[in-house]
Order: sequence, then C-alpha cells, then structure tokens
Amino acid sequence: MSTEIFVIGATHHRAPLALREKLALTADGALALAQTFAQIEGLQEFAILNTCNRIEFYGVTGQAGTPARIAAAFCAQQGFAPEEFANLQLRLQGCDAVHHLVAVSAGLDSQMLGETEIFGQVKGAYAAAQAAGFTGPVLNRLFQKSFQAAKHVRTTTAITIGQVSVANVAVDLALTIFGTLTNTRILLLGAGEIGEKTAKAFQSRGAAALTVASRRFERAMELATALDASAMPFTQREARLAEFDVVVCATSAPDPVISLATTRVAMARRPGRPLFFIDLALPRDIDPQVAEIDNVFVYNLDDLAKIAEQNRRARAAEMTKCLAIATTKAEIIWQQISATIGSLPLKLTSRAEGLSPP
Amino acid sequence: MMWPEFTDRAWLWIAASFYLAGFIQGTVSLLRHGRPPGGTTYLFIAGGYLAQLVGLSIRGRAVAGCPLGNPFEIFQFIAWSAITLYLVVGVTFRKSLFGYFTSGLAASLTLLSLAIPVWDHTQRRPIFGLNPWIELHAALAVFSYGVFGLLALTAFMFLLRNYSLKSKRQGGWFSFLPSIMELDHIGVRLLGAGSAILALSLAVGSVYWLKDISSVNVTKLVLTVVVWLIAAGAFTLRLLGILIAKRFAWVCLSLFIGALLSLAAVDQSRTGGKKTSPASRPARVVLERS
Repeated sequence: MSTEIFVIGATHHRAPLALREKLALTADGALALAQTFAQIEGLQEFAILNTCNRIEFYGVTGQAGTPARIAAAFCAQQGFAPEEFANLQLRLQGCDAVHHLVAVSAGLDSQMLGETEIFGQVKGAYAAAQAAGFTGPVLNRLFQKSFQAAKHVRTTTAITIGQVSVANVAVDLALTIFGTLTNTRILLLGAGEIGEKTAKAFQSRGAAALTVASRRFERAMELATALDASAMPFTQREARLAEFDVVVCATSAPDPVISLATTRVAMARRPGRPLFFIDLALPRDIDPQVAEIDNVFVYNLDDLAKIAEQNRRARAAEMTKCLAIATTKAEIIWQQISATIGSLPLKLTSRAEGLSPP
Repeated sequence: MMWPEFTDRAWLWIAASFYLAGFIQGTVSLLRHGRPPGGTTYLFIAGGYLAQLVGLSIRGRAVAGCPLGNPFEIFQFIAWSAITLYLVVGVTFRKSLFGYFTSGLAASLTLLSLAIPVWDHTQRRPIFGLNPWIELHAALAVFSYGVFGLLALTAFMFLLRNYSLKSKRQGGWFSFLPSIMELDHIGVRLLGAGSAILALSLAVGSVYWLKDISSVNVTKLVLTVVVWLIAAGAFTLRLLGILIAKRFAWVCLSLFIGALLSLAAVDQSRTGGKKTSPASRPARVVLERS
C-alpha cells in the first residue's frame, strides 16, 4: 500500500448523543490515546479532533491495517464495543478525507450549519498534534491548506451569516441597534433557564453590565453571583427602566410586567437612546403596544425563533455553493499532497515525550 | 506633474464613471453574493474623487476661482464635498452598505450634472467679482450642502435600519447596514458640522453684504438663512432630545432635498430665467502642461 491520508471516527450524523457521550475523550483520555497511537506501527502522522459532536482521527500511513488498529486502540481505551463502533464509524481516505476536513473546518459538517466554533477546535487539535510532534509534512500541509480553504468558503459565501440560536439572534439584534455591547446595560427580568442562557450569550459577546431582577430576590442574587452580575429588586424595574438599554424578559407572570406608560416615561428620560426588549416569556411580559413607541424595539420568542429559522434555511441554501467550493479546494490540496507523498519518511522521526492533550 | 491632455469635463466623466462603477460593482456583489464588496467600493470612490479633484482644479484654474459659477459646477462641488467627508468617515464602515450608497449618491449627482448640458452653458465671469471673501463664502456654503448630502444618506440608511427592526426583517441587504446608534451618531455629527460650516459661510458673506447691502441677492440670502435655520434648529432639537430617531432622520433627509431645491431657486433668481453671460467654451478646458 502506498502512503495514504485517512480519517476515521464518529460524528453526530450517525452517533446519537448517548453514544457520543461514551466516545468523548477527557483531556487525560486524549493524552493517553495519543501516547497509544504514537506506538502504532505504520502510523506516520496523526491528529485527534475531539469535540462534543465528533471524535475523529486523521492519519497518514503506508500500511493497510493502520486505521483498524487505531479504531481498536480507541475502543479498547473507551471500553466501547468495536463492532458497534464499526457500525457508526466514519471512514474516508485520500481526497475524500481532505474534503471532509475542509468541510468540517468550514462548519459544513456541523450540527449547527455554518457555525464558526468548529474552526477554532480544529485549529486547536492541529496545534496540539503539531506541538507534540505527531504531525509531519503531509498533515501540516493538509491542515494548513484546509484552513485556508475553509476561510475561503466562509468569506465567499453566506454560510456564516445570521445566527441560528434564539439567544444569539437576540444578541445580533442588540448589535444592530447599539453597534457594540461594551457600553450597553442589560436587565434580565426573571431568573429562569432561557433568560440565563440569553444573558450568557450577551456576556459571551462582550456585554459587561448585567443586572438580574426576579420576584424572588434570593434567586436573583444567586443568578447574579453565578453570572458575575448585580441584582435588583423586581419592584424597582419600572422606576429604573430608563437606566437599561436591553431588557430581557423571561418571567412567568400572568400579566405584562412592563406597560406602555412605564416605557413612555423611561424613553422620555433617555432621549435619543434606543430601548430593546427581548420578550421570552409566555404569556408575554411586555405590553404589545410598547412596540409602537419610536426608538423602542420589541422582539418576542416567536420573532426570534422565526429569524433563527430563516437564517438556518438561508445557510442550508448556501450548502450547494459551499460544497462545490470545498470539493474544488479539496481536489487542489489532494493533488498538491499527492505530488509529494511518495517521498515521505515511513515513520515519525520524533515523538515528543511530554504530550499535551489534543 | 504630467497629466493626460483631458478636458475638465473628461476628467469629471472619468470621476462619474468611477462612482458608477463602484455602485454597479456593489449591486452585482449584493445580487450575486448577498453581501457588499467591502474595500473595493472605497477604492472606486477614492479613484473617482481624485479624478474629480483634477477636473475641478482644471475648471477652477480656467475660471480663476472656485468653480461654482453654474448648476453643473455646484452639483459637482457638492458631490466632491460629500466624498471628501466619506473618505474620512467611510473607512470605519467599508464593509457596510455606506460605501455602496455613497457611490450611488456621487454617481447620481455627477452624472445628472454631466447629462444636462444646459447647466454648463452659462458662466458668470468673474464668478465672485474680485472679492475672495465672497468666494470663500460660496465655497463654504456649497461644501456644507455636500455635508448635508452625506447626512441625507445616513438618514436614509437610518430609516432603512429602523424599518428592518420594526418590521422584523433582518435578512438580505438589511444585515449590512450600520447599527441604529452608529447612524444616529454620524447623523448628529454631520448635521453639527454642516450647520457650523454654513454658519461660517453666512458670517463671511455678511461682512461683504454689510458693506454694500444693495448687492445682495435677497432670494439667495433668505433661502440660505432658512436652510441654516432648519439645520441649526434640527441640531439643537436633537441635542435637547426633542427631535430624535425617525423624525430626526426625516428632517435630515428633507434638509438636503430642500437645500438642493433652494439652489435651483437661487440660480433662477440670479439669472432671472435668462441665460446671462454665456461662457465662451466653459465645457472644454485643458490644463496647460507645466
């Protein structure tokens, strides 16, 4: 067998969550597995990609049985039945493996189509493998060229445009109003899970000033502490409304907790500065008439879900174009690698002693 | 510096072509890729700006003053003024639709002026008598109108962004508009700058008018003061938080349209509907090689 690039593993396409939990590697587990792989005869280069939606092993070998030995070593470590792994296993080689890496890096193979987090995860996996001396001329070229190709896919198509989760859609809307979140003050009304998720999404995108108010003040304090935010008595929400730019409402109140009159008063106290209500409650927390006030923007759960769905559909519509680009790029990368693959050393020349987790 | 031997109008056609190319390229990019082209629009606008600068310089040297002697020159100067500011402000927003709309505005103003030959058939000579202060007054006034042009553009984008947020339509071209707050901030600054420049223009002009009140074109004076009053009034009301958001944007948009209409009225009152002092060959001026 001539030297070949391959990828084996399991992804969300065929492995449900319950199985992926069993296949997922801990940091220590990944380290131990890398040490095991380093001992496999015929495996010239390798890298381990371990995320919540996929466990993949990229390798270069000149021996036909190497992928099977990798699968066996992995199953042995995880205590997973090899036959079961074989059933859900992803196994590609040559240009198909290259195409897969480009697609994965560009977010085309992700559960949340077009997401960009995977790009950082693949880069991290490569960096760890490279630092440990597990990659060589083939995988170095493969990964670096694949990153360029993935960037090309993302910048020349609309695959990454528009958020696809409700919380991130809300954050994007806030950005279209305020431009930046660094000076934006956010009030979270209600201390439930959906409100917390949205608040976290705001924080992850740079929001610094977050205040939590809940009917149960101790719960507000608890959440505020967890989110590194401040707490406010729920009864002060109307009097202090003008202080905030974004109000995330997620209470279980049977009637609106923000009225038209309250909002009018608040807007008079903050002229020229918009106010953005994100109403995630059912029944709604914001009086629907509030949306009619100039410079006030109200989005409820249905609005956000609709935008997320539109974005999902728009991304899906871009897939054909993205895959065509990925195929072209993969073929070019494969041709470049094929041209030099014959002159490769048969075994890694150096294995790092101190391994870092991929 | 060796320039190709083009006439002033040829350079201005080149400038208009650059602006139009920027607009067409933006349209193609939006239709094909669903996003504005980014930096290349800025380059097209910068290229057009340089060509326009050369064209206006040739015209200026030929008329021995700031080329503001007829509607053609005034429209060209307004477009040039707007682009001057865009080149400073637009760098920050080069990935948004700001450049696309600016190239559209500049292309419209320059092509309109080039497409109506009669606008360039008359030429007041000397344009400003022998008084450089009047020339400065006129240049500042028309420059402020260019600022109002860019202001109108930001106001238009504000209204689009506001509409997209209120109607909950976020996809497509809307996603490339700057944020509400950014557009509002730019609008306030442009209105403040335009009002200040126009105020300075009136102050400079008043020195001359006070010496010889009989020489004042009353229509022009009244209309210019009205434009300034609206601009300064809107600016004050905005700062006081009385005129905000959508209403502020509509006033800014109307201000520019009103300013352009006032120019037509001023020109009409000045010529009395007659073609006065026809220029010998105003449209064909070639810069001498040095």
